[in-house]
Amino acid sequence: MLNIHYFASLRETLGQGSEALALPADVHDVGALVMHLATLRGDPWTALEDRSRVLVAVNQTIVDHAHTLTGNEEVAFFPPMTGG
Amino acid sequence: MLSVQNSDFDAAELYRQLRAEATNAGAIVTFSGLVREFYESASPGEEPAVQALVLEHYPGMTEKALSEIVQQARSRWDVLAWRVIHRVGELHAGDQIVYVGIASTHRGDAFAAAEFIMDYLKTRAPFWKKQRTEAESQWIESRSADEQARARWDKR
Repeated sequence: MLNIHYFASLRETLGQGSEALALPADVHDVGALVMHLATLRGDPWTALEDRSRVLVAVNQTIVDHAHTLTGNEEVAFFPPMTGG
Repeated sequence: MLSVQNSDFDAAELYRQLRAEATNAGAIVTFSGLVREFYESASPGEEPAVQALVLEHYPGMTEKALSEIVQQARSRWDVLAWRVIHRVGELHAGDQIVYVGIASTHRGDAFAAAEFIMDYLKTRAPFWKKQRTEAESQWIESRSADEQARARWDKR
């Protein structure tokens, strides 16, 4: 299972903080996961497609959309950081 | 030493620890970040007073990202001892939010390492600020100036 987390403004937009998801058959990387969630669920999940406002981490390291997923990862989506 | 915590920190005590730990230090640089009274507003010039600032983070990744940032700093500069503290949860104007302390043989390395850690922390560690005013709650937007501050370390 993928353990997916959503943080901050994105968590509020989606109305969800986390979920477990079996890796869909046609999903092999982060970009395909984003497309899967946005296409299947529609608004507000299309928010995930905005790469300038949504960062992705796999197993707690920032990655790009080409990053491979095998189905046992911790995936997180969140807006640009604003700490400090 | 790294800590992500709800509770306040004692900057004087952290300084004492750095001084005791780095017996051969010639310089200690410390930075404390505080919660400002005014953040951003949809109507510039009419910033309402912030009643509270709520810090959310990504437990686990936060500690990992901060450790990596400190490791990078230690690989670039002479760091004899260090402390990085970041608070999460609900904070108020004037509260301490972040602390970076670096002990080094010379001041140049201590200043550079502390500034590097702060610039990376602001843009690469998963913290998010939400401000609450009398009227509303809103997430604070990231600033391009913060990313520019981080990017200047790439060129050196």
